[in-house]
Amino acid sequence: MTKAVNKSNRTNNTNRKTEFWQKLPIHIAILTIAFIWTLPSLGLFISSLRPRGDMLSTGWWTVFWHPLEITQFYLGNYGDVLRSSGMGEAFLNSLTIAVPATVIPIAIATFAAYAFAWMTFPGRQLLFILVVCLLVVPLQTTLIPVLRVYAQLGLAGTFLGVWLAHTAYGLPLGIYLLRNYIGALPKDLIEAAAVDGASHLKIFTKLIVPLSMPAIASFAVFQFLWVWNDLLVALVYLGGTADVAPVTIQLSNLVGSRGQDWYLLTAGAFISMIVPLMVFFGLQRYFVRGILAGSVKS
Amino acid sequence: MYVTPALLFLSAYLILPTLETVYLSFFDGRSRNFVGLKNYVFAFTDHTMLVAFRNNLLWLVLVTGISVSLGLIIAVLVDKVRYEAIAKSIIFLPMAISFVGASVIWKFVYAYRPAGAEQIGLLNAIVTSLGFAPVGWLVERSVNNFALIAIMIWLYTGFCMVILSAAVKGIPADVIEAARIDGANSWQIFWRITIPMIRSTLLVVSTTMVILVLKVFDIVFVMTGGNQGTEVIASLMIKEMFNYRNFGRGSTIAVILLLLIVPVMITNIRRFKAQEKLR
Repeated sequence: MTKAVNKSNRTNNTNRKTEFWQKLPIHIAILTIAFIWTLPSLGLFISSLRPRGDMLSTGWWTVFWHPLEITQFYLGNYGDVLRSSGMGEAFLNSLTIAVPATVIPIAIATFAAYAFAWMTFPGRQLLFILVVCLLVVPLQTTLIPVLRVYAQLGLAGTFLGVWLAHTAYGLPLGIYLLRNYIGALPKDLIEAAAVDGASHLKIFTKLIVPLSMPAIASFAVFQFLWVWNDLLVALVYLGGTADVAPVTIQLSNLVGSRGQDWYLLTAGAFISMIVPLMVFFGLQRYFVRGILAGSVKS
Repeated sequence: MYVTPALLFLSAYLILPTLETVYLSFFDGRSRNFVGLKNYVFAFTDHTMLVAFRNNLLWLVLVTGISVSLGLIIAVLVDKVRYEAIAKSIIFLPMAISFVGASVIWKFVYAYRPAGAEQIGLLNAIVTSLGFAPVGWLVERSVNNFALIAIMIWLYTGFCMVILSAAVKGIPADVIEAARIDGANSWQIFWRITIPMIRSTLLVVSTTMVILVLKVFDIVFVMTGGNQGTEVIASLMIKEMFNYRNFGRGSTIAVILLLLIVPVMITNIRRFKAQEKLR
């Protein structure tokens, strides 16, 4: 009995060994790609922690020649870029822009998605096809007319203008994602509620919204990252107004005006990325789900 | 009604402006005088425009081709190892970073110092340590477009990988098992089973990439400002609109962008209708 167990253990071991050798090329390939993919960001991060002089005289990889010397690292770049280059203010502006520009489209898209999925009204199918089309319309085709109207209404260079624009630009994806999700909820459930005399509004708030939370979260993550990372919309509708500029504009200005000041650029870039990275690591699940719902099922 | 706010937003910001842009594309820079097709003639004859078209084609072929195929290869490979989740996160991570942030990251990779000076850019450090002269990656016309294209590949390979990985996992295990029993090796399984079975997903990912590439402007705007022959259609549009204040030409370029995307739109509608029939 024990002999037999031993024997099977041994074959298992040899199997594992041969499997390891067979898979070695795969491991090497994956590790190589992962390594190459990490290097650029790693370089930026390490550099942002080095004093200005070091950064200009030696490559960032030289920190690995003597990795235990804590003194070669320095946090002052972050202080400099936050204070002198307006990155701190831009960071707050980005938050001010991104939070409402995420919440408003969620509300509007969820309502519309429910109607497209469970209400009957004339032209429903046609309108939804329109939404499918708008999904891929390039923003560029809307910029000039909207900007002109904004100039007349005094909305150019205001947070309100950017919130509304981001809301509209995010809606097609939001409606599309949420409608597919809400449409796939069990029919019996919604009909039962309707039979019990629940109004559309009640079904919507008590049933649809709680059940759709995963999809809403996916869209929220998507929209938030998109708005936070956006340069085009902010550039066009906020223009050069410095006191409302988000991190993307501020950073691209830094590249233009202080292109060789790496101590500012590296720290500034990292500040612009810290929020998306936190969202990414914390909510990756929802982000991936949103990507899949937006493409595979479509 | 429930859809009214949404429709108001979509009409005001997307539908009506798009129509107006088409209209404006037939007028002069200040939108006063009707000029017929003059802007379109300009768009297809002007030297800078033609360079932008050529570059966009290069972007389309290389970014879409490499991101999708590399994404597929990684998706298939990570499926076979236990640290799949971590490996995928690492490659997917750039997706969270803005084009502007990514541009700064890569500007640093491409940083150039004259020969003899200590190189602080990773790429030139490698090049010089191999005994070659440092290269001005963003300035030299033979390489600068490729340098920009690499950034987008770095950003979007993870996106392709995530979608394709889900499709690869969706292939029933018994199909692959059956092929293996029949004596197929991994190579044959990849070409004869994996690829055909995820064909529709491959198509979706590729069209999504095409749209993303056509719209890309941030990378060019931040890295080179479109100088040294790196202009693309979307960046030229912004230039016509902002720097030259020529709304006619700007609109025309936007319309061309839209026309390039119409085929994708039609495929999307078809796919949507087919999918509705299944519901």
